[in-house]
Amino acid sequence: MRRDVVVGRFHQEPMVIDAVHAVRSCGLRIADVYSPYPIHRLDEAMAIARSRLPLVALAGGVGGLIAALALELYTSVIDWPLNVGGKPDASLLAFIPIAFELTILGAGLATAAGLLIRSRLAPFGAAPVVDRSATDDTFAVVVHCRDSAIDRRLVEQLLLNYGAMSVESRGLPR
Amino acid sequence: MIAWSAPAADRHAEPPSRRRTRWIDGDPTLRDITDDVMRPLTSRPGAAWWAAFAVAASALAIGAASVTYEVTTGIGTWGLNKTVGWAFDITNFVFWVGIGHAGTLISAILLLLRQQWRTAISRSAEAMTIFAVMCAAMFPLIHMGRPWLAFWVLPYPNSRGPLWVNFRSPLLWDVFAINTYLTISLVFWYVGMIPDFATLRDRAQSPLRRFAYSMLSLGWDGSARTWSRYETASTLLAGLATPLVISVHTIVSMDFATSVLPGWHATIFPPYFVAGAVFSGFAMVLTLLIIVRRVMRLERYITLRHLDAMAKIMLLTGSIVGLAYATEFYNAWYGHNVYERAVFLNRVTGPYAWGFWIMVGCNACAPQLLWIRRLRRNVPILFALSIAVNVGMWFERFIIIVTSLHRSFLPSTWTMYRPSMIEVGTLIGSFGLFFTCFLLFVRLLPMIAMWEVKALAGHRDEATR
Repeated sequence: MRRDVVVGRFHQEPMVIDAVHAVRSCGLRIADVYSPYPIHRLDEAMAIARSRLPLVALAGGVGGLIAALALELYTSVIDWPLNVGGKPDASLLAFIPIAFELTILGAGLATAAGLLIRSRLAPFGAAPVVDRSATDDTFAVVVHCRDSAIDRRLVEQLLLNYGAMSVESRGLPR
Repeated sequence: MIAWSAPAADRHAEPPSRRRTRWIDGDPTLRDITDDVMRPLTSRPGAAWWAAFAVAASALAIGAASVTYEVTTGIGTWGLNKTVGWAFDITNFVFWVGIGHAGTLISAILLLLRQQWRTAISRSAEAMTIFAVMCAAMFPLIHMGRPWLAFWVLPYPNSRGPLWVNFRSPLLWDVFAINTYLTISLVFWYVGMIPDFATLRDRAQSPLRRFAYSMLSLGWDGSARTWSRYETASTLLAGLATPLVISVHTIVSMDFATSVLPGWHATIFPPYFVAGAVFSGFAMVLTLLIIVRRVMRLERYITLRHLDAMAKIMLLTGSIVGLAYATEFYNAWYGHNVYERAVFLNRVTGPYAWGFWIMVGCNACAPQLLWIRRLRRNVPILFALSIAVNVGMWFERFIIIVTSLHRSFLPSTWTMYRPSMIEVGTLIGSFGLFFTCFLLFVRLLPMIAMWEVKALAGHRDEATR
């Protein structure tokens, strides 16, 4: 079995950040960090790019808005105009509430769908790769390294110096 | 540059002045938090839970019987008449929609405002929103008389022309508002639970539980990249839910405000209804959490400081509601419209004046006690006040709806409205549905957002290191 990552398990958040900084300043690559809750400074430490989900939400919202206005105008003006209390067929002011609701609906559903698709979340998706306790109380830092005993020893020692409770070399997850 | 040595211990110490209020009692470790939140899911329910469940399920049965009788016999089983064509059902509808609003306020608006105290209560408040909206949606459905034709309110190509729905009607706006609200609330609730489902999956003992939680957790593994994206999505959903929740009760208020009836036709209605909704919702959150924190032994996470914070929001929104009552009366006096004046005079001194004074006493006066800090941290007093506000806010809707209808422009149409037993049974049933759902929720799903509380505990470690 190839062993090209080193997994360091931590029990405290600040140590994780320090370890990630140290690993990266040594020129090593972080495969990923698994944690029971989001660590804000990790985005910066791991140089994770800003998500483009806001654009997905915008697209969903615009789609919802266009769909709502198209539905309202087509049914009330083109397909079957009905005189209700003498109000104009194209009562745009009265169409605003439903257009607003469908804008929100489109944006919300697009955001959720975007999150699930981009993060590959699906029913019975991949089982936890590193450690079952990474969803409980453990922070697992996974570092890429060459498949050589010397490199592995160095990375393991680095993680231990930064407070890892245990280290382990194994194959790349997934 | 190679950083071989471990950093100095005090690198992340913050000055004490920057430490925020602590929202968790004691010093639970991350694993303690998982254990505490999971305890109600794995242990056997106690006598208190069974007793509550028996009461809730009985109330639900009364409701089911009442609705069955009403649907099979007709709307004539209700106390409605030619003059008062809207009464109990729409009162209950507005009441329940309002209850839901506190959940969205806690989970979305307080998230955007970075209020840390929301973490321990947001999950149960969101659950409350969903159950309350379900209860609310039931009333227009059964008022249709033929609820199996409810899909006629949706614009779909049909064989009657196609005859489309009337997009200019506030009642149709309601259909879209309520359905969007329910959908977005469900999505927000579920997305918020995915990381917790993963925790449950990884600790599940029985194969059945592991199967269910692996399906629900969608393969969540806690990767930093996913967390980063997840947080963006949460903020976006919160940002979308915030205007949504305001629009929902605004649209509900337009059911009344767009009519020409004195007492309904008021521009103040949207903000007045939104504030009232948040007010009644917080009262219901307090009622539920005061019971749940005791029964489920979660006092460590839902602390007196949480109750205090909720009491302050109740005080604020209750005062806004009181101001709105005063404004309505000022407008009636200043506006020189005799019909408007007559309606408001009738509210204060007419045959339903007792309801009006319950409303003023419970909503505008009673919450003023919450200016006193000692009372905000006194659990029995808070519980009593929360019940009073629930009652008062129900009466507010009843008074607005019935007193405006029962004596309007034509004195020859004046009449009284009294609810029939079937209507009372339906109201009891809606409470039964709500509490049955909530009691099942606290046994089947993690009622505190574990990952959010863990983040709070983790950051605390950092701040005190």
